[in-house]
Amino acid sequence: MGQIALRNVSKSFGEMAVIPGLDLEINDGEFVVFVGPSGCGKSTLLRLIAGLEDVSGGTILIDGTDATGLPPAKRRLAMVFQSYALYPHMSVRKNIAFPLKMAGMDKAAIDTKIADAARVLNLTDYLHRKPGQLSGGQRQRVAIGRAIVREPEAFLFDEPLSNLDAALRVNMRLEISELHHQLKTTMIYVTHDQVEAMTMADKIVVLHDGRIEQVGSPLDLYRSPDNRFVAGFIGSPKMNFIEGPEAESLNAFAIGVRPEHFGVSRDGGSWKGTVGVAEHLGSDTFLHVHSDSIGQVTVRAAGEIDLHYGEDVWLTPDPDKVHRFDREGLALR
Amino acid sequence: MARAVSTERKLVFTVIGWSIGLLMFFPILWTILTSFKTEAEAIASPPALFAFDWTMENYQAVQERSNYFRHFMNSVIVAFGSTFLGILIAVPAAWAMAFSPTRHTKNVLMWMLSTKMLPPVGVLVPIYLMFRDFSLLDTRTGLVIVLTLINLPIIVWMLYTYFKEIPVDILEAARMDGAGLAKEIIYVLTPMALPGVASTLLLNIILAWNEAFWTLNLTAAKAAPLTAFIASYSSPEGLFYAKLSAASTMAIAPILILGWFSQKQLVRGLTFGAVK
Repeated sequence: MGQIALRNVSKSFGEMAVIPGLDLEINDGEFVVFVGPSGCGKSTLLRLIAGLEDVSGGTILIDGTDATGLPPAKRRLAMVFQSYALYPHMSVRKNIAFPLKMAGMDKAAIDTKIADAARVLNLTDYLHRKPGQLSGGQRQRVAIGRAIVREPEAFLFDEPLSNLDAALRVNMRLEISELHHQLKTTMIYVTHDQVEAMTMADKIVVLHDGRIEQVGSPLDLYRSPDNRFVAGFIGSPKMNFIEGPEAESLNAFAIGVRPEHFGVSRDGGSWKGTVGVAEHLGSDTFLHVHSDSIGQVTVRAAGEIDLHYGEDVWLTPDPDKVHRFDREGLALR
Repeated sequence: MARAVSTERKLVFTVIGWSIGLLMFFPILWTILTSFKTEAEAIASPPALFAFDWTMENYQAVQERSNYFRHFMNSVIVAFGSTFLGILIAVPAAWAMAFSPTRHTKNVLMWMLSTKMLPPVGVLVPIYLMFRDFSLLDTRTGLVIVLTLINLPIIVWMLYTYFKEIPVDILEAARMDGAGLAKEIIYVLTPMALPGVASTLLLNIILAWNEAFWTLNLTAAKAAPLTAFIASYSSPEGLFYAKLSAASTMAIAPILILGWFSQKQLVRGLTFGAVK
C-alpha cells in the first residue's frame, strides 16, 4: 500500500510561508506529478512528505497512520534526487545494496535483489564501477536501482531528469513510466516541465506560490483549467489570452484560445492579422500572428501551411474550445 | 582540453620550478650543511658550500649536553596530543556549522578566526598567570591545552570547508535509505570527509611541532619540546652556529620526514574541492 494524505500541511522558513497550508490525497499506485514554476514550493512539498523537512503545521498520513513526526528512514519511502546523490566512494553494487544493508538483510538475499535490479536497469556490466565512471543516464539508473530494491511504499522523484540532455530525458521518461506500469507502486514526481507532467502523470497537481491551483488528470487540466494560471501553464505553446471588446462580447473579462484551436484561412474568418515569424516544422507550423483586434497570438496549425512573414491571415477560434475567465482569473463555465 | 606544451616550455618551467624550490629550501639546506662544519668554518667568510671538513662533532656535543630524546618525546606528545584533542572538539563543531547552519554561523566562524589575528604576546601575561595558578607551567598537559586552543580555529575552519564540500543530497539520500545518524556518519560522511580530515591532522601536527612562542614561554625543563632544545643553543655565552644548526637539524628532521611521506595527502587535502 502506498496511500499518502496531507491534511492542512504548512511550511514556513522563518517569516516566509512557503506553503501556507494545503490538503492532498494520493491514492495507492497513482503516478502523481507536482508541477509548477520554480519557487512554487513543489520540491519543499516533496521533502515534507519524505521527512527531510519538518512541517510547520498539519498532518502527513502514510497508509492511514500519522507519519508527521517520523524520521525519513522510518517512512518506507524511496527518493531519487536531481543530483542522483550516489555515494561516490562506493561501487554501483554497494550503492544499490546500501538501503538493504541498512535494513539488516542477509547477504544472499541482497545479492539476488541486486542481480534482479541490475538486469532490469541494464547495469549488470557496471556493478563494480564507481559512480564517477558512469554517464549521466547510468547514474540515474543506479539511483533508481537503489530506490527499487527497497520495495518502498512510494517513490519520490525530485526533478530526476533535469540534469540529462534532451534525448536521454525522453528515454528516461519512458523508462520511468514503464517502471510504474511494472511495479504499480505509488510515485510522486516533481518537475517544472509541463511536458513531463502531461506525459507521465495519472494525476497532476499544479502548484503556484505554495498553493494548489488545480488537481486532475492531464487531459482534465488541458480541457478545463480552473483559472488562468493553470490554463497558461499546461499546454505548449502557451494558451493565448485575449482581453478587451472581443472578450466582453462573450461576457468575460478575458478569453483563452490554445494555439491549436484556431482555424487558419487566407480568405476570411473572425480576426484578421499579419503573420510575423513562421516556424515550419513539417508536422506542425507555428505562426506568430499580430492582429489589431486581439493583439499578438501564437497559432499552431497541423502539417505544412504555406504562409510566410508579412502575409495576411484570418483566424477563427473553435467556439467549443474558447475558455472564458473573470477579472480574478477564474474560469467561467 | 589538454593544451599542447612544447619541450622548450616544459624545460623553462621545470628550471623555474626547481629554482624557486631550491631558493625556498636553501635556508634549511644551509642549516644542515652548517651542522657538519666546525664552529670556525661555520662563521668563515666567504663560507664554504661543500668543500669543508665534514664532522660529526656538533652532533656528539649536542648529545652530550642535552637529552634529545626527552625533548623529542615532549614534541611528539604535545603536537599529536593537541591535534587529536583539537580534532575531537572541532569535528562536531564543524559538522554542526556545515550541515545545520544558523543565522550566526558565519559570525561565529569569523569570530573564531579573529582570535588568530591577536598577537599572542598580548595574552601572554594572563595566560602565564593562569598557568601558574593552575600549576600548569612546564607541564605537557598545559602545552597540549594551549596549543589545542590556538590551533582550534584553523582546525574548525579547515574541517568546515571540507564538510561544506559534501553535498547535502548525499546525506539526505542516506537518511532516505534508512540510515540513522550514527550509520550516516560511519558509512557515508566519514569516508567522504577522510581526505580532508587527514590533511587537517597533518597540517596541525606540523603547526604544533613548529610552534615556538608558547612552548618557549611556558616551559622550563621538564616539558620543553624541541623548539626549546634549539633555543637553548643561542645562549648568552655566545653563538654556537654549528651546534645550533645540529640541534635544528635534529629538531626538524622528524617533521620533515613525516611531511615528505604525506606530501601527496597534504596537497590533495589542501586542494580538495578546488576542482570538481
